[in-house]
Amino acid sequence: MSDLPLIQADRAVPPPAATTTTRGRGRRLRLLSRTDRVVITLMVLVPLLLVVGLVWLPAAATVLLSGTDWDGIGPLGEIDWVGLKNYDDVVNIYPPFVPAVQNNLLWLAALFVVATPFGMFLAVLLDKELRGSRFYQTALYLPVVLSLALIGFVWQLIYSRDQGLLNALLGSQTDWYGDPNVNIWAVLFAAGWRHVGYIMLLYLAGLKGVDPSLREAAAVDGSSEASTFFRVVFPVMRPINIIVLVVTVIESLRAFDLVWVINKGRNGLELLSALVTQNVVGEASRIGFGSALATIMLVVSLVFITLYLFTVMREDRR
Amino acid sequence: MSSATLTRAPDTSAPSTRRRPLRPARVVLHVFLAAVAVGWLFPILWAVLTSLRSYEYTASHGYVSLGGWTLDNYVTAWRTAEFGKHFLNSVYITVPAVLLTLFLASCVAFVIARFSWKLNIALLGLFTAANLLPQQALLIPLFRMFTEVPLPAWMSDSELLYDSYWGLILVNVAFQCGFCVFVLSNYMKALPHELYEAAMVDGASVWRQYWQVTMPLCRPALAALATLEVTWIYNEFFWATVLMRTGDKFPVTSSLNNLRGEFFTDNNLVSAGSVLVAIPTLVIFFLLQKQFVRGLTLGASKG
Repeated sequence: MSDLPLIQADRAVPPPAATTTTRGRGRRLRLLSRTDRVVITLMVLVPLLLVVGLVWLPAAATVLLSGTDWDGIGPLGEIDWVGLKNYDDVVNIYPPFVPAVQNNLLWLAALFVVATPFGMFLAVLLDKELRGSRFYQTALYLPVVLSLALIGFVWQLIYSRDQGLLNALLGSQTDWYGDPNVNIWAVLFAAGWRHVGYIMLLYLAGLKGVDPSLREAAAVDGSSEASTFFRVVFPVMRPINIIVLVVTVIESLRAFDLVWVINKGRNGLELLSALVTQNVVGEASRIGFGSALATIMLVVSLVFITLYLFTVMREDRR
Repeated sequence: MSSATLTRAPDTSAPSTRRRPLRPARVVLHVFLAAVAVGWLFPILWAVLTSLRSYEYTASHGYVSLGGWTLDNYVTAWRTAEFGKHFLNSVYITVPAVLLTLFLASCVAFVIARFSWKLNIALLGLFTAANLLPQQALLIPLFRMFTEVPLPAWMSDSELLYDSYWGLILVNVAFQCGFCVFVLSNYMKALPHELYEAAMVDGASVWRQYWQVTMPLCRPALAALATLEVTWIYNEFFWATVLMRTGDKFPVTSSLNNLRGEFFTDNNLVSAGSVLVAIPTLVIFFLLQKQFVRGLTLGASKG
C-alpha cells in the first residue's frame, strides 16, 4: 500500500564512515569465525527464501501460466502450452478488458494531473513557516491512514442515492456508485482525496531537504517565488519527483480495494486488478486467462519499479 | 484563483520571520489552507456525525438536519458485525506480522549495511522491488500454493495455509519486508563504522553486534517503521479477501466487505461501523504522530 515516505528522510542522513571503510569490510569478512558465517547466512537466507518463495516465484509462475490453458483444478501435469492465445483472447474477446485499461489510465491521469500537483502545491504552501501548519498537515494526511476499503464506506455516506449528502444538497437522484456513467469519477474523487495527502507529505520532506542557500541566491537575483520554485527548487528535487511519479503509477495500477468494496469492479468500475481477481476467485476460474491479465500488470509495474530502483540506488551511493 | 497571490507570499526561509506582522497575502494563505483542511476533514467528520444519529430521525428529517442524537448505532453495529471478534483477528495477524517483518528485515539490512558483497545491491533491489509489485500479479500461483500446503489441525482448522492466520501473516511479512529492508539498511549505513571495530576488539560475535550494537541504535527507525507497518497491515484488504474463506476469521478491514449486504441499507450503521474500524488507525496516528513526523524529517535539517 502506501509506501516510501521515509526514503527521503533517511537518505538525508549523512553517511559518515561508509565510503572510507568499504574495502576494509570486505577483507574482514574472511576473518569471521564459522559461527559468524552461519549466522550471517541465516540472517539473509530466511528472509530471502520467504520473499523469493512468496513473491518472486509466484510472479514468475504467473508469467509461465499465462502461456497455458490450465483450468486451475486439474493436476499440473495436464497443462498444455498455448502460446500467446490467452493474450489474444484478452484483447479480442474479453469485453471488460478495454474499459479496465481505460479506467486504469484514467485513474493514473486523475492522480497525476490533479491530485499530485495539488499535493505538491499544498506542500509548497505548508513549507513556509506558518502558524498552525501542523494542524493543516494533520488534516491533509489523515485520509492516508485509512484503508481504501474503509474510504469506500466513508464516501458511501456522501454518494449514496437515497441517503447520501450529495443528492440531498443537489436535489438529484444520481446513484454515484452505481451509475456506470459517473461512478468512476466518484471513486476517483475519493481516491484523489487520499492521494493528495500522501504526495503532500512526500514533497514536504523533499522541500525540507532543499538547500536554503539555493533559494536565497535566487531571491538575490530578483527571481520571483514562483519562478524560483520551477527553475531552482523543482529540478533539485528530481529524486523525489521520480519517486512520486513511480508511487503514482504503482498506486493507479494496484488500485483495487475501493472498487472491490463497491461492486467488485463491475459496471463501470472495471480495473485490471479486479479482473484478475474475478478470474481466480470468482465463479469462473480461468487461470491462464487471468494470468495473462496479471502478466500485463506485472510488466507495466516492473518498468516503473526499475526506474524507481535506479533512482534510489543512485542517490544511495552518493 | 488565489494561487497567484499565494506564491508571492513573503519569503520565510530565514528563521527570524516568525515574528513578522500578518500581511494580507498571509491572511489569504491561512484562509485557503484552513478551507482545504476543513474540506479534507469533512468526509470523516460527516461519518462521525451520521453515526451519532438515529435512523428514524434522519429518515424522516433528511440528513441535512440536526437532531436524533444517539449512540445506538455503535451498539448495533458492534453486535451485528461482531466487531469484537474481527478486531481480535486483526490483532492476531497484525502483531506477529509486524514483529516478524521488523526482525527479518533488520537482519537483512544489517548484513547489507555491515558487510560489503558484490550481491548487496542485487539483494537490496530484490527486496525493495518485491514491495512494489501489484499483489494481483502473484495471486494465481499463490492461491494455488496456499491450497496445497497442509498445516496441522492445531495451527489452523482449515488444515491448509489457505484460510489460516499463518498464511496471511507470511504473505504480509513477505510483502512488507522489502520496504523495511530498504529503510533500515539506509539507516544502518549511516551509523559510524567505528562502533563495530570497537565491538570486534571486545570479541563480540556478529549476532551480538547486530542485537546489542546496531538494533538499540536503530530504535527511532524501528519505531517509525512499526507505526507505519501496523497501519498498513491493519489496513490490508486484498490478501485477507482472497486467502480467507471462513467469515469468522476475517480481520476487521476485509470483514467490511461482508457487511455490505447487512449495512448498505442503513447509512447510519455504515458510518458507525466505519468509525469503529477507523479508530485504531486514528489513535495510532494521533498518539504517534511525532513518530511519523520525526521519521519523516529525520536528518532533514542536516541534508
